[in-house]
Amino acid sequence: MKRLLSALLLCLFAAPGFAATFTFTAIPDEDESRLVERFGKVADYLEQRLGVEVRYLPVKSYPAAITAFRLNQVQLAWFGGLSGVQARRLVPGAQAIAQGYEDQFFRSYFIANTSTGLTASEQLDPSIGGRTFTFGAKGSTSGRLMPEFFLRQQFGKAPEALFSRVGFSGDHSMTIAQVQAGVYALGVVNYLVWESELAAGKIDTDKVRVIWQTPDYPDYQWTVRGDVDAVFGVGFADKLRAALLEMDDPALLEAFPRKSFVPASNADYQPIEDVARELDLLQ
Amino acid sequence: MSLTGFWRERPNLSRALLFAALALVSLPFLDIELHRPDPWQELGRIGLGLLQPRWDDAASLAQAVLYTLAFAFCAVTLAVAAGGVLALFYHRWPVRVACAATRAVHELFWGLLFMQFFGLSALTGVLAIALPFSGIFARVFADIFAEQSTLPRQVIAPGRVSLSALCYTTLAQAWPQLTSYLRYRFECALRSSAILGFIGLPTVGFHLESAFRQGDYAEAACLLWVFYVMIATLRWWLDRRLIPLYCLIAFFVLPPSPPVSVSLLGEFVTRDIWPLALREGDYIGALAWYAQEVTRVVLPAAAYTVMLSLVALAAAGVVVLFLFPIASRVCVGRLAIAGHALLVFVRSTPELLLAFVFLLLVGPSALPAILALAIHNGGLVSYLTAREADRLPLRADHAHGINLWAYELVPRLFPRMFALLLYRWEVMMRESAILGILGVATLGFYVDSAFAQFRMDRAFLLIAATALLNIAADAVSQRVNRGLRFEADALARDC
Repeated sequence: MKRLLSALLLCLFAAPGFAATFTFTAIPDEDESRLVERFGKVADYLEQRLGVEVRYLPVKSYPAAITAFRLNQVQLAWFGGLSGVQARRLVPGAQAIAQGYEDQFFRSYFIANTSTGLTASEQLDPSIGGRTFTFGAKGSTSGRLMPEFFLRQQFGKAPEALFSRVGFSGDHSMTIAQVQAGVYALGVVNYLVWESELAAGKIDTDKVRVIWQTPDYPDYQWTVRGDVDAVFGVGFADKLRAALLEMDDPALLEAFPRKSFVPASNADYQPIEDVARELDLLQ
Repeated sequence: MSLTGFWRERPNLSRALLFAALALVSLPFLDIELHRPDPWQELGRIGLGLLQPRWDDAASLAQAVLYTLAFAFCAVTLAVAAGGVLALFYHRWPVRVACAATRAVHELFWGLLFMQFFGLSALTGVLAIALPFSGIFARVFADIFAEQSTLPRQVIAPGRVSLSALCYTTLAQAWPQLTSYLRYRFECALRSSAILGFIGLPTVGFHLESAFRQGDYAEAACLLWVFYVMIATLRWWLDRRLIPLYCLIAFFVLPPSPPVSVSLLGEFVTRDIWPLALREGDYIGALAWYAQEVTRVVLPAAAYTVMLSLVALAAAGVVVLFLFPIASRVCVGRLAIAGHALLVFVRSTPELLLAFVFLLLVGPSALPAILALAIHNGGLVSYLTAREADRLPLRADHAHGINLWAYELVPRLFPRMFALLLYRWEVMMRESAILGILGVATLGFYVDSAFAQFRMDRAFLLIAATALLNIAADAVSQRVNRGLRFEADALARDC
């Protein structure tokens, strides 16, 4: 029995095709069909630039992306601000190597169902208190961390105390859909997802509108494991960074959607780490 | 007649009313709301999708189905082997406790735990199902072995304890019971395997979750139909002689697993799941941490989970009362076939999926969870009750229609119905905890949050609390049922 079991386990472990493939993932922050489409193209581009087989591993949640990175199941990941910080804490030597141009000054939009009668203003209307509100994913930077920080800053209260109900929709597309359908009166989203869904005609502006935009903060970045050079050859990380920074095909960039990629470092995300610690989202 | 005498003579009624009262008391504490002003439009779209299933990428569909089957086959094979061995030692208490602990933790929680060190791999999927199933098999196999007559053994191999004595006597006698039970468990394994897709394993559930989330109901329907067909045709393709072949194929089609990092596994077990204070040797601090977590998170969440399961139990009871006649020949005649099909359809749909769809429909509150639990479990118990109803000997001049239902069937079937429901209560408790992953404030919600923040110490404590709760529910339902002197139908147990 024991021998059989170990033989079976060996079969499981020894499955081929893992060692030489460079694998990456991304946090599932919006509609999954779009994720597969956009990262499939990126895999092709990287494969051509790096000269190794490149694969995209789809995941279901933010923590799953971080775990895959920690276990070396993926070597590169497109993380949000907070998930990047969490991942680099779990994987010593991991480096943020590039961020979107827009990620240097990212922001979130607070949105409201039009039935609330709320309109865009310089500051959040105090009458939002007592209504229902949804964040995005629990580990999202633009859909949870920074909005919660700004809410606490303005109202001096935890979101659970401010609103009659606080939900976590799971991703930005879902937040928009639920506020639009009236499931929640208010929500908060990544501003780029909002802009791109608006441009794609997926948002009914008679039903949902932006009521406030947050101040700027740093967000998404590409983070790579520190041991890629040892596995894929000396200089691999540099080659990867160059490939990401030189990505200029609008079809690729539009899928993110980012104007271009610019260099980034771990230090750029110190503010995010500080906020996460303050909100007790990081131990 | 005194009042206590009145209740003592009606043990079923008094117990049922007790549970109904508990459900009623729980109701105000649950947050039940209809958030979507108009769910009907969306429901219509789902109905339309069910009628027009569509899938563009046949290869990915085939792969998901193959993985779903492969996980289930590998897991059941491992679990049968492990459970069979454990069943022989089931009279030892450490084995009993270990088995109770493994089966008290839901497959999804096992999946989330294994994912921390095995990643999104075949190993995670297979072990997440195999571990709780081993615990279940150990108990059921031990029960079945104990039921067998000891006479053949005394005659053939007196006083010998050996593998061949076991094979040629007890095992041979128990064989028909074991195989029919395993066929049913395999169906459960398929459901679990599909559901593991919700946390990212590449089974049918992975695509189901995305399709429903994106409102692509035609695609979701296609997956659902494939899943139903898979379960409905089980009896034709799950041939005993083909099983070894299937298992062999299953091991080869499993998705590749990354190499396992032993150091991470060790770190997880010795470091990650314990609070910081404990790791630093500060035992007082650790106690304080546990006390704070228990009072602030564990107890309120556990209370919410229990109350939700009680309300769901009562709701399931109502569902059974009104649903079982549609599948019973004495009530509706030939139409029973249609009713039967509907109930099979309802009970084959996993609770998590039902709850997820209701959540999208009516918004997040306890309502989708209660609906899902009541419909799935009510459907299952209705199915069994209808079967029982058709076996009841009726007088030639029995009443018809509503009178038959109210004055004959319900009173005669009630004890059985209630016993079955109580057996489902433990299952409902396990499921209520899991439904928290979708956003209801049960234990699963906090488990999910703890994983999202990589606070494994909290996640571990919460999962342990869930396990204790399930063990307690199991003990209570067994105790109440022992008074009713009913053996549970295998179908009503565990999944």
